[in-house]
Amino acid sequence: MLAFTLRRAIQAIGVMIAVGVIAFSMFRFAGDPVNQIVSLDTPAAEREAVRKSLGLDDPVPVQFARYFGNAVQFKFGVSYQFRQPVSNLLMERMPATLELAACATVLAMVFGILMGVYSALRRDTILTKFFQAVSLIGISLPTFLIGILLIYLFSVTLGWLPSFGRGDVVRIGWWTTGLLTLSGLKALIMPSITLGLFQMTLIMRLVRAEMLEVLRTDYIRFARARGLTTRAIHFGHALKNTLVPVITVAGLQFGSVIAFAIITETVFQWPGMGLLFVQAVQNVDIPIMAAYLLMVSLIFVTINLVVDILYTIVDPRLRSTISRPA
Amino acid sequence: MSDAVVPHRVEPNAAAARSGTSWLKRALDSDIFYSFRRSRMTMVAAAITVLFFLLAIFASQLSVQNPFDPAQLQLMNSRISPLWTADGQSPFLLGTDEQGRDVFSAILYGLRISLVVGVLGVILAGTLGITLGLIAGYVGGAVDGLIMRIADVQLTFPAILIALLVNGVAKSVLGNRLDAMSTLAVLVVAIGLSFWVQYARTVRGSVMVEKSKDYVAAAQLIGLPAPKIMLRHVLPNTMGPILVIATINLALAIITEATLSFLGAGMPDTMPSLGTLIRIGNNYLFAGEWWIVAFPGIALAGLILSINLLGDWLRDALNPKLR
Repeated sequence: MLAFTLRRAIQAIGVMIAVGVIAFSMFRFAGDPVNQIVSLDTPAAEREAVRKSLGLDDPVPVQFARYFGNAVQFKFGVSYQFRQPVSNLLMERMPATLELAACATVLAMVFGILMGVYSALRRDTILTKFFQAVSLIGISLPTFLIGILLIYLFSVTLGWLPSFGRGDVVRIGWWTTGLLTLSGLKALIMPSITLGLFQMTLIMRLVRAEMLEVLRTDYIRFARARGLTTRAIHFGHALKNTLVPVITVAGLQFGSVIAFAIITETVFQWPGMGLLFVQAVQNVDIPIMAAYLLMVSLIFVTINLVVDILYTIVDPRLRSTISRPA
Repeated sequence: MSDAVVPHRVEPNAAAARSGTSWLKRALDSDIFYSFRRSRMTMVAAAITVLFFLLAIFASQLSVQNPFDPAQLQLMNSRISPLWTADGQSPFLLGTDEQGRDVFSAILYGLRISLVVGVLGVILAGTLGITLGLIAGYVGGAVDGLIMRIADVQLTFPAILIALLVNGVAKSVLGNRLDAMSTLAVLVVAIGLSFWVQYARTVRGSVMVEKSKDYVAAAQLIGLPAPKIMLRHVLPNTMGPILVIATINLALAIITEATLSFLGAGMPDTMPSLGTLIRIGNNYLFAGEWWIVAFPGIALAGLILSINLLGDWLRDALNPKLR
């Protein structure tokens, strides 16, 4: 078990170093950083001075070591567009993205599980057909179209909900939250639905498939024979056993929720990391792009590692397959 | 019943003599065509997909103007609502946008760009993935380990993120002001690099299975070179799943292109794809000009939905377990 954890941790560090190399090469080789900082008519001597002050004339391995050393301390250089340290910009934007991603995930889990259980238990009702149609739409409609549709319905036509921004936020330390004000909560509704719809579809399909499988097993038949109530069988026994894979998938998907927030944040002008990243791509602001890549990779790799380790703790059957040489 | 299997037993020279008709006959008698005829939904999806391709191919014949040519646009004609509404004007069936561009014509041309980027992206991703998968599966060892490790790492990142990064880096290397055709090439490369993994994993898996079979050993014994064995003998046996992935990936590639264009990292306003049209139209939503965004949106959603339905059907039809 310890060996497995160690091996997975080393693998995770390897991935992070690989991503670091990519981020560094973007930072260093995709366009000359000096050109981005100085103006067009800066004399060559001054350019050299800037180059020297940034340490760009050092050997590449030295530069990489320095970039990596700084990145570990969350120093990612200065943004070309904002002339501010990238880490400040990211920290300022992170609460918005994490709050949105968390709300979307909770929404997706609650409705995904409810819809999945219902459509597994009542297979041929109209409501089940409706849920399946919703899930087909959730997979086929691009995220931004869903966002636009919601804005047209609830902002333009009905005027119920705001179409952009976070509303009023409350500052708690360095964290800003929109969960404590009415306008903040109202602003959160449509972006969360837009972002969560795809995950909800995924979870609904998974729960349905798992439930159908579990309901056929012997221990469910045995529970029926014991005369337990249908409610106890469905929710106490069947649902409980479907939840392990569901929580795993939802956990693993949290990383891609953060990545897909790029689209949702653009549609709703949500002031998060994703919007910052899109603006960076449009304006070729490499330091922000590289830093975003590193941050998101760190979140991804950490989640993967934690889920893998938790999974083996929860499900002892997996340990025998892990110890087998790959 | 017995008639259906006859083409398989025909003598080689006899089959060659009427290869034209027997090929068609075999296709019509096949299990796949049977399951196609059985599913009404699939037939509708196929018809809509074909219709979209035809609309894209004959865009210049069907449209009333060339929306990429500024000389044909007149500001006099801007913001006209669709033909069936009170303010509609002929010949603008679905209305016009801010620049006097006919929405219907813009959709046809945009559809063409979306499909070109999608199809080329899928071809690039497929070629890359199949090649790497064949090499990994056939050669094995350290090469296999390296390729599959890269694939594993890339698979943890969503394709849209990789496509955005490739796009940003390409812009930074080539300069921010790219002309429309280079942007199109960058998009194809971005999509190709984002979607190769699935092909590589599938092909590698199939190759590992096929490699141990006798026909590969026989081919090796008669001294065929490895590339020939891979391409001519192993690859055809892995084509079924690849076809399914390619269909579903076409829908994903079209979504990715539309998303990139919507985010402002794709096709420029002067040569809009469906995603660009939706981004432009989104700006006029609050002014009540819903048609500028609604019709490109419907076209995109319809295209993706019908391709997805085709992909789902193909997956089930080619899966022998479900027959």
